Amino acid sequence: MPTYRPGPVSLVIAAFVALFLLMPLLAVIPVSLTPSRMLAMPSGELSLRHYRALIEDPRWIGSILLSIRIGIVSSAFSTVLALCFSLGVWMFQPRFTAALVGFVLLPMVVPPVVSAITLYFLLTSISGFSSFFGYDTWLGVAMAHSVMTVPFATVLMLVSLSQLDRRIDLAARGLGATVWERATRIIMPNIKFGIVTAALLSFVLSWEEIGVTLFITSVNAITLPRLMWMGLRDNIDPAIAALSVILIIITVLVLAVRSLVVRQRGGH
Amino acid sequence: MRSYLSDRMGAALLMAPLLLFLVLAYAWPFLGVVKWSFTLPTPGLGQYEALLTDDLVQSVFIRTLRIAAIVTVVSVAAAYAITVVWVRGTPAQRLIAEFCILVPFWISVLTRAFGWVALLSNRGLINTWLQAIGFISEPLALVRNEFGVIVGMTHFLIPFAVFPLASAMRSLDDRVLLAARGLGSSRMRTFWTVFVPMTRSGIIGAAMIVFVFSLGFFVTPAILGGGRSVMIAELIYLRIFQSPDWGLGAAISVVLVLFVGALMALLFRYVRPKQLI
Repeated sequence: MPTYRPGPVSLVIAAFVALFLLMPLLAVIPVSLTPSRMLAMPSGELSLRHYRALIEDPRWIGSILLSIRIGIVSSAFSTVLALCFSLGVWMFQPRFTAALVGFVLLPMVVPPVVSAITLYFLLTSISGFSSFFGYDTWLGVAMAHSVMTVPFATVLMLVSLSQLDRRIDLAARGLGATVWERATRIIMPNIKFGIVTAALLSFVLSWEEIGVTLFITSVNAITLPRLMWMGLRDNIDPAIAALSVILIIITVLVLAVRSLVVRQRGGH
Repeated sequence: MRSYLSDRMGAALLMAPLLLFLVLAYAWPFLGVVKWSFTLPTPGLGQYEALLTDDLVQSVFIRTLRIAAIVTVVSVAAAYAITVVWVRGTPAQRLIAEFCILVPFWISVLTRAFGWVALLSNRGLINTWLQAIGFISEPLALVRNEFGVIVGMTHFLIPFAVFPLASAMRSLDDRVLLAARGLGSSRMRTFWTVFVPMTRSGIIGAAMIVFVFSLGFFVTPAILGGGRSVMIAELIYLRIFQSPDWGLGAAISVVLVLFVGALMALLFRYVRPKQLI
């Protein structure tokens, strides 16, 4: 417990920063309630028409379902790959581990726009001989998202493995457990929190992904962020404000639940 | 001997799928992009020459460096202020600071950019209010220019700067601060001559992360810059999709990767990777 507390000056400056951080999130609330068809502040009258548009317009529903489908497939794929890789690293500690892990983390550190043009090259090359798996297809987007999320999943797995006691694995090994048994019955039950977190993070990252998605989709695979982007560039559609409010509320609720869970765990 | 062999087999079998996937879906196509930069439209170094001579490309590079530098200074300073409270405040202050850091962090870049459009545009909150109280008659140009880009990017990057700073501040020994205070140093002086220098590694790490992120930023400048304040990433996009000049787009990407790689190498000479989390 720190005994050295921030003074009044620090608190005032921090309050301004906090306000700055929350401001754009609060600003979308009044805009989402405007009765106007364009981006404007409501003057007097409030309306829920933009919320209704989200439910009634098939484009929004379609892209939400597509984003969920892509998120589930790419998150499952990158979680499995990251899990196997991390188990390999932890159980066998092969030579060149640092170089291999560094290679796996590349999509996380390379500027996203460079990853985007790289994946654009990949998917347009695949499109040459496959029409359902390549540029502007949902499977292509799911694969590209896996490339982008797998480093994050790997980092989370390696972190939770690093907190695992090696002796339980040594004991299992000494008692004659096979590699498969050690992995599935000893190690994985002990890192299940890390596995779930990795899968959730991969899903969220795919759900929000826009930088790469812009490069690899045009008219067919319109994910939710892609649809928002289209509504933001030209005539700003206030339905985006309504959608933003919903997304912000979900985020706040999830974080609140998470902090309650953490507190209860810590309390015991 | 047998177990040694099977260990190696096991490791290879477990690690191969991901490595194979990334070689095929990332490393190989990246080499393809490098090839584009040397072969499109004509084989040779023409694209790299164009990078050095083209006025537009040059001005975009300079603008990107300028914006990245401003955003780095502002967001690290702002992040420092809120991190102090997050790490060292009373429990209530810490809870509020954490909320203000994590909620924006988890909200998508598009929603956040849109929030700034709603605040800063001609018919947005700030201009509407300022006009309503009669402070201004014409709306201020707050967006679709460099100012809007800097505001949006700073907002996006503050949480990323918070984590390395928090890690540095957490590992700092309280007794040093108490000693400084006990020896009669004022709050201000303790902060500037003891606290800040002792979190140096966090500041360097945060600045590097923010700077590197800003160089390749795409979404926020494209939305808040409104096509008038183009940065490198948007230039790559325009070269690929609007004036099909894939060679130049690829060449800019290669230069960007090399530049970021050099910066990262520099970073890791000063900071251990673990200090960044």
